[in-house]
Amino acid sequence: MTESTSPAFEGLEVGQTVAERALTFTRDTLVRYAGASGDFNPIHYNDVIAEEVGLPGVIAHGMLTMGSAASVVEEWAGAGNVSDFQVRFTRPIPVPNPGEAVVTVTARIGALDDDRRTARVDLTVQHGDTKVLGRAQAIVDCD
Amino acid sequence: MPVNQDAEGRSYGPFEPYEVTRVKIREFADAVDAYSGAHRDVAVAQAEGYDDLVAPTTFAVIIAQRAEFHVVTDPDVGVDFSMVVHADERFTHVRPLVAGDLISTTVHIDSIKQRAGIAMVTTRAELVDQDGAPVSTVTSTLAVREAA
Repeated sequence: MTESTSPAFEGLEVGQTVAERALTFTRDTLVRYAGASGDFNPIHYNDVIAEEVGLPGVIAHGMLTMGSAASVVEEWAGAGNVSDFQVRFTRPIPVPNPGEAVVTVTARIGALDDDRRTARVDLTVQHGDTKVLGRAQAIVDCD
Repeated sequence: MPVNQDAEGRSYGPFEPYEVTRVKIREFADAVDAYSGAHRDVAVAQAEGYDDLVAPTTFAVIIAQRAEFHVVTDPDVGVDFSMVVHADERFTHVRPLVAGDLISTTVHIDSIKQRAGIAMVTTRAELVDQDGAPVSTVTSTLAVREAA
């Protein structure tokens, strides 16, 4: 006996907000992601190197932002039910030390496919007033 | 040194298979704040119909980036990694990765586009399981600035 965790397709409406979360990135968050992912590019922990390559300082891994945004969708969609997810990285997210960067994620239904019973979820991901991801779209398999 | 346009169309791998483990799934889930019990508790994952712990949506980046490493460190491709910015990323999953999977990966350089001192290098990593069945496609574009 298995319990499906995928959302019910019936009743979904384009424009509906299905998930929202504020993410807080600190240097600790970046180090944790570096270890978990194996991405040890020093621009994500070393201010001197980050500034040498023209950045304002240490920035978050784009894939940390993408992965955390996926978690917001997944909390609604259920684990394993996001079959496609794409983003463009449009702006870096500087992470100060000490301090934190707060990133807001809003996930709305962008389109519904009746034949496949999938929902396209469009994400708005902002750091302050700046959009940090472009064309951020997930496909969720529904019931 | 500019990125070598002739590298377009090259493929690398498959490499030694990557073993998806429970420990790594939990660690990655913690790192991206993925709260589902199916990433942490085998009983929860099995109740949801999976054989073992389910990987978060972007877990495949661990496997894909290990394969892409062979592209960006190939001296004949000519990527200066200190000048790289990640431009875009896409995951297309046939099924979710689960603990116990042994994943073989082949990475292809799908395109290299040069414009105004920046080379856009798009790679596509194809992940297949121990039975040879496709699991995921991971497409990634790096913007490589050329040193002034």
